[in-house]
Amino acid sequence: MDNLFNRKYIVQGLFIVVSLILLGTLFYIQVFSDKYFLSAESNVLRKLYTFPARGVILDRNEKILVQNEPVYDLMIIPNDVKAFDTLALCNIIGIDTVKFHKNFKKALNQSRFQPSIFEKQLSVSIYQSLSEKLYRFPGFFVQSRTIRQYPDSIAGHFLGYIKEVSPTDIERSEGYYRPGDYIGKTGVEKAYETALRGERGVVNMLYDAHNVPKGSYAEGKFDTSAVSGEQLISSLDVRIQKLGEELLKNKVGSIVAIEPSTGEILAFVSSPGYDPNLMVGRQQGNNYMDLLKNPNRVLNIRPIQGFYSPGSSFKPLDALIGLQEGVIDENTTFNCPGYFRVGNHTTKCEHVDGNIALRRGLARSCNTYACYVFQKILTQKKFKNSQIAYDYWQKKVKLWGLGDTLGIDLPGERKGRLYDASYYSKKYSKYWGYSTVISLAIGQGEMDATPLQMANIMATIANKGYYIKPHLVKSIGKDHVIKKEYLKKNYVGVDAAHFGPVIDGMQEAVNSPWGTALASRIDGIIMCGKTGTVQNPRGKNHSVFIGFAPRENPKIAIAVIVENAGYGGTYAAPIASYITEKYLKDSIAPNRRDRVEWMKKQVILPAPPKPKVKPKASAVDSTGKVDSLKKDINAIEPKKVVDKPTIKNPILTKK
Amino acid sequence: MNNQQSNRFFFNVDWITILIYIALCTIGYVNIYASVPAHNTADSSVFNFGSSYGKQLIYVIAGLVLGFSILLLDAKFFSVFSPIVYGVTVLLLIVVLVVGRNVGGNQAWISLGGGFRLQPSEFAKFGTALLLSRYISSFSPKFRDIKSIAFAALIMGIPLLLIMLQPDAGSALVFLAFMFPMYREGLSGYFLLIFLGMIVLFVADFLVPMQILIPTILAIGGFFIYQNKRKQKVMFSAIIVTIVAIAYLFVVRIAYEKILKTHQRTRIELILGLKMDPKGVGYNVIQSKIAIGSGQLTGRGFLQGTQTKYGYVPAQSTDFIFSTIGEEWGFAGCFVVIGLYLFLLLRLINLAERQRSTFSRVYGYCVASILFFHVFINIGMAIGIVPVIGIPLPFISYGGSSLWSFTILLFIFLKLDSNRMGFI
Repeated sequence: MDNLFNRKYIVQGLFIVVSLILLGTLFYIQVFSDKYFLSAESNVLRKLYTFPARGVILDRNEKILVQNEPVYDLMIIPNDVKAFDTLALCNIIGIDTVKFHKNFKKALNQSRFQPSIFEKQLSVSIYQSLSEKLYRFPGFFVQSRTIRQYPDSIAGHFLGYIKEVSPTDIERSEGYYRPGDYIGKTGVEKAYETALRGERGVVNMLYDAHNVPKGSYAEGKFDTSAVSGEQLISSLDVRIQKLGEELLKNKVGSIVAIEPSTGEILAFVSSPGYDPNLMVGRQQGNNYMDLLKNPNRVLNIRPIQGFYSPGSSFKPLDALIGLQEGVIDENTTFNCPGYFRVGNHTTKCEHVDGNIALRRGLARSCNTYACYVFQKILTQKKFKNSQIAYDYWQKKVKLWGLGDTLGIDLPGERKGRLYDASYYSKKYSKYWGYSTVISLAIGQGEMDATPLQMANIMATIANKGYYIKPHLVKSIGKDHVIKKEYLKKNYVGVDAAHFGPVIDGMQEAVNSPWGTALASRIDGIIMCGKTGTVQNPRGKNHSVFIGFAPRENPKIAIAVIVENAGYGGTYAAPIASYITEKYLKDSIAPNRRDRVEWMKKQVILPAPPKPKVKPKASAVDSTGKVDSLKKDINAIEPKKVVDKPTIKNPILTKK
Repeated sequence: MNNQQSNRFFFNVDWITILIYIALCTIGYVNIYASVPAHNTADSSVFNFGSSYGKQLIYVIAGLVLGFSILLLDAKFFSVFSPIVYGVTVLLLIVVLVVGRNVGGNQAWISLGGGFRLQPSEFAKFGTALLLSRYISSFSPKFRDIKSIAFAALIMGIPLLLIMLQPDAGSALVFLAFMFPMYREGLSGYFLLIFLGMIVLFVADFLVPMQILIPTILAIGGFFIYQNKRKQKVMFSAIIVTIVAIAYLFVVRIAYEKILKTHQRTRIELILGLKMDPKGVGYNVIQSKIAIGSGQLTGRGFLQGTQTKYGYVPAQSTDFIFSTIGEEWGFAGCFVVIGLYLFLLLRLINLAERQRSTFSRVYGYCVASILFFHVFINIGMAIGIVPVIGIPLPFISYGGSSLWSFTILLFIFLKLDSNRMGFI
């Protein structure tokens, strides 16, 4: 019996051990781990969001470029839906019954109890007729949100557009965006997304197990109200933007105008353009596909993505480097017999200029002069070999923003093309020298620049030696914040003193009878500029003009490119002059208005291109950023890329 | 009834146990009150007898009346009438199979009208406890022979099988608790070990592949056989055990596939972590764990538990009442409740050991063991370490049948204890 009495302890011991096991497990669940606590929160807490109005974008004179317009999403809670006249609803919102059932199924798949979007972005008029009859459709309700609206229908490429977030966007935002949110996909909308989007408001609600709301959480302590997006004042000037778009209508090309003293972009035209209102509303998807299919690649942002040989417009830069290096002065004279020959390379000049110095050389756009200067720079005694000489020169040119992105606040900017010595060493092994790359002297050959880069060169010359990064936004929000990098002066390594004669030459080009850019002359304004005619291996030459005005205290630097329009003086120069005049004088002289109208009516479109294999070079030149829009553009790209680094230029070689 | 008589009835009663009983009933009532959703409605008075907490208040008061009535009975009554009580409960178990109401897949209820209903399986517990105590006290079996073990097993087995037929495996399993009093009275500890071994092997059978499990058993068995090669008898048993263990593995596999119902299999698989099913059968356990875990150290406070208030835990007032305690009172509250139970269980064993009559002692052990099983399994399933078998938490879960049967179970023992000086 004694023996059995001891079994009491075994039984009691078992009770104690089991109690400890229970307590241990409880300790883990309740105190040690917060997993269950968090699950409990997610059980009962639902965050209801209110959407802020997206920031408005204004032009530099505070005229509205983009504003918001109310639209109405028809929402559904499938569980609350009772039998109703489906056909009536379909008629009101303009869908067929097939679409109706598709939408209903989609909503049901999303959640039976949670509201989801049934049909999005109904217009005000649909909303009005719907709201009267909404009581007949239990389970449906309307939620308002805003969409973008563009009063002037301009600057589509500049402003960009917004679109529902993709799964990748959501992933990249680390949970900030939620399905159904809108996000800037290109342009300013993308670049300034964080400022424009504002802050969502949130209401924390408690729900029971049957999804019935049970009031707000913690008396609304953690609730926030929506904060509207910041207002952006862009650098654009609606007047010249509009004029520019009209002038380039039915033409392919770009206009970039910059205010030299600030780097602010005044006009940013990419033609053919599109009405930004197409990228809004229920037809967005279809419209986008139409634009994508357009043979003229409407979605290309040509000012920052188009590649063009700078051509003659490069010559002022060539001369300036020569002056800075001291290999020439403003009076150094070279003889132009109509060509420049070194070894067995011959570069033709358009005309026989005889003895020619800097000013006239630029005014007449003399190739021979430019080649001599280039030769002088690269054959300085201080260089041990031609590679070092070339790299030295290339470095000087790069300071001007060529061969690299300028860092504009717009997604998708491309670098252009400017190689360093190793490229040529690879191509020609050791046996190359300045004569091999002599066509670079006249902005041809293995050099491409975007219209933005060309305009930036003009801004630099206008500033006599520095530029401020070109940018599209003047100020953000009510406090008028501007990014620091857009205040910094970037010097290009040429002393201000050297600019006088070069600017003289450019002034002559526009204003003297022997100049090449006479077509851009404006009465009462001293415009300085340079025409270029860019060889196009696939068709008629591109017409180019770059310049700035007025000469003293310049207000506008401009680059105009009209593709396939031939000589620079015929299209690009007058277009630049109209825009400059409009900007500086606010109106175009009456005697020129006919010509403006004539220009607007010109149609210069290339024949629809034959499908061709995409050249590889574009991949090398791309900035390497992965950007969905850019991918789209690259996919349809490359007619614009003047890419073949091989001899494409008939002037370049003559054996 | 004169003063002396009332002394005879109440003087020796163990008031500490009664206090714990009342404390647990109160805890139950409070938490049932909390687990009723929407207390913001007008009808939240404690005397709303249409609600579950209102009913529970009646059950508790009736339970107390019942309990004190038992204290008024003659102690000899229980020993003498134990076969009849057992017979009646078995009869009720048969009746319920014929006329019972089917609730949640189990034919476990006899409707009494007026919304009240009876669950005979609850009452079978003390019926069986009484008869087992009577058998042991009358025949003093030491459970060394097959005959006495078989007879005791028969007493347990009849109600167990009848409850299995309902089918209510959870309530049936509780009858295994009677192994503890048998153990106390001389049943070899090997039975408990074998039982434990069966559970371990059952779990291992699911978690460890056969090709590892069988060599492991062979190795362990081989080691024992080798150790005892001089003692032929022990070596022989070791060989038998090894063979039986391996055979058992296969039997479990087959029985599991053929006999258990899908929902039972799912519950077992969920506990063993072989299956994830947050929306289905596992929902209860997950929500219960979430509710308990969200209580953290000190709980969210009375009526502040969101999981409780908003009905996230199914069967919250009955089988999962512990989740309300866990959420609103936190680890501290759980500690108090488990502490009370442990104190009660240890005290019951101590009380049992001070009995002079075998009947009282065995019955005390029966009471403690049944309560222990209920507490361990109920809390264990609420925190996800035991498969979900729907058995109530004694004195706390909502429900008249279970409360009254536990009350009768406990108070019979208190009566026996108060009479420990007398002879039965």
